[in-house]
Amino acid sequence: MMKVSLFITCLCDMFHPNIGKDTVEVLERFGCDVDFPEAQTCCGQPAFNSGYLRQSKKAMKQMIRSFEHAHYIVGPSGSCVSMLKEYPQIFVGDKEWEEKAKEFAEKVYELTQFLVDVLKVTNVGSNFKGTVTYHPSCHMTRILGVKDAPVILLQNIKGVDLIELPKKENCCGFGGTFAIKNAAISSEMAAEKSQHISETKAEYLVGGDMACLMNIGGMMSREGKNVKVIHIAEILNCR
Amino acid sequence: MGIQIGKKTYTNRVKSGIEDPFMRQAVSSAQERLKDGRIQSEKGLGNWEEWRSLGEEIRRHTLDNLDYYLEQLSEQVEKRGGNVFFARTADEANHYINRIIQEKNGKKVVKAKSMVTEEIGLNDVLEKEGVEVVETDLGEWILQLDDDPPSHIVAPALHKDRERIREVFADKKGYLGTNHPEELTQFAREQLRKDFLSADIGITGCNFAVAESGTITLVTNEGNGRLTTSLPDTHIAVMGMERIVPTWEELDILVSLLTRAAVGQKLTSYITSITGTRLKGEIDGPSEFHLVIVDNGRSNILGTEFQSALHCIRCAACINVCPVYRHIGGHAYGSIYPGPIGAVITPLLDGYEDHHELPYASSLCAACTEACPVKIPLHELLIRHREIIVEKEDQAPISEKIIMNSFAKWASTPAAYKLSTKIARPLLKPWSKEEKVTNGPGPLKGWTDSRDFPTPSKQSFRSWYKTRQKGSD
Repeated sequence: MMKVSLFITCLCDMFHPNIGKDTVEVLERFGCDVDFPEAQTCCGQPAFNSGYLRQSKKAMKQMIRSFEHAHYIVGPSGSCVSMLKEYPQIFVGDKEWEEKAKEFAEKVYELTQFLVDVLKVTNVGSNFKGTVTYHPSCHMTRILGVKDAPVILLQNIKGVDLIELPKKENCCGFGGTFAIKNAAISSEMAAEKSQHISETKAEYLVGGDMACLMNIGGMMSREGKNVKVIHIAEILNCR
Repeated sequence: MGIQIGKKTYTNRVKSGIEDPFMRQAVSSAQERLKDGRIQSEKGLGNWEEWRSLGEEIRRHTLDNLDYYLEQLSEQVEKRGGNVFFARTADEANHYINRIIQEKNGKKVVKAKSMVTEEIGLNDVLEKEGVEVVETDLGEWILQLDDDPPSHIVAPALHKDRERIREVFADKKGYLGTNHPEELTQFAREQLRKDFLSADIGITGCNFAVAESGTITLVTNEGNGRLTTSLPDTHIAVMGMERIVPTWEELDILVSLLTRAAVGQKLTSYITSITGTRLKGEIDGPSEFHLVIVDNGRSNILGTEFQSALHCIRCAACINVCPVYRHIGGHAYGSIYPGPIGAVITPLLDGYEDHHELPYASSLCAACTEACPVKIPLHELLIRHREIIVEKEDQAPISEKIIMNSFAKWASTPAAYKLSTKIARPLLKPWSKEEKVTNGPGPLKGWTDSRDFPTPSKQSFRSWYKTRQKGSD
């Protein structure tokens, strides 16, 4: 049995626990023994990307400690996972942490990446029905390099009518503290993304990063649109 | 004018950008056109990633050995009858160029497009000395007529659509024609031809200087570079000290990258390489040639974590994919170098004081890094800037520092983190309604002004997981 430790991400832990449940259940369905290391907190990205390196390292060390005994670490977020993957680079030259960071990062996978690349699952046998458009988040695609896995998984779900999102590669405008610090620009970007989603006439917007979905969903909710915003784990676990 | 354009605050510049629908439409459609062209032409080269790596390697090698190549370049230029001046500052460069013009008793200068002369504010200096300066790149000419700064490093008037351009021509030059691009361009050609024929001095930039032969290469599409370098009797080329390639072989590779990345062309209409002055028996070319090599802060970047920013070949591929640039336009950056590369190099060349907002004008989506033909890790360099602004420059707001210090404690103390998963919902309750926050407090306000924010869940994941474990025990 493959031992997997769930990296929930702080956002899903607090705001969207159902995505964690779906992730656990999908992994279990494909034979994983899933545990949840309770000492985990946040990947540190909010501080790291804002220039607070010292502060972010405290979070990173906590994460490394929490997952010391893990075989595989799997999380439902391309962005948070790509942050974990950068730890070795960040701790270069740190005698105590460099090696630990390297070992840690090698074990980390994003959910769809883990399903397709490690478990070799391309058809999850989900029971979902509806027209869907997929937003490929920037960090998932450009930094983590996960482009095909989520699309393959979605395409293989029988009831999913996948409609390509126009200009899908455009950032939704989340960008962590950018959404607050440069709120005016961020919301223009979110509005543009929302417009492209409307053009697809899809019933569902699906993504692999809850932060982006929270941003786009928050905009569409304010605009009074009734597109349903769901994380890919929810579709994959639809029975 | 130098690097900095205007005195408006960052917030006001962004606001003006967002509230200008004509500019945004023009920028957005130009971005699409340039980006699609780039991607198409990259495919034509075969393995683009290998080309990028090659480009990066050439740039890194050149910068690691910049002193050697600069010396070789100087020797070669002088050997072929040219003069080389190494300017440490903008003032030194302007002073030298002005002196040459005064010595020649020059009255009129024609200029081909050059960002470095914008950077050093050359036109203002020369005009104050009574010299007539005519920009001959179509975009630059439009901007000069309208007294408007460039908003893009390759297509400086990108923010103006053809109707805006027609208005400028009508107001400033009595143009009576339509807004058809062909007609507008024909008008500009007729006007500019007279200037080419009557100018005493030609000033150009330099896309690449070839060290082994002392050759200046200009990459243009309008032919104005050739007229500027062949009609006036004196040619002054101004280059940033990093714009150098060792040999013609590397020139070939970098030009191949530049034209594709910049405008999606295999080659631009004109690639002009100029080696030395007019020799005996030759019928054209200037009798006097000056190469002004500008440092203006560049040597301070060498050897630092920002050295790769000097790899830049000024193609603007990063600008053409930047979503922030698309919504606010180039002027909002307050620098003649806008977009991601501008946000990286402006604080390096002109200091953080006037430009400390720029490194934050990015969602770190990394579209810039992905597009860069010489692999500058632009979004990572923006984070490095933020680190400096926080730690060394001490320019981050106090409220942000308090939040981030608390973050560190929260994220490194599992008990505190766990507690927060319980109290987040009650804490946000006063602002929550129907499972959303529409009018958030403090830092959330920026978000909730335009977007709804979710309320924390009734039960956190970790709490659910605990009950599930108990259930299965």
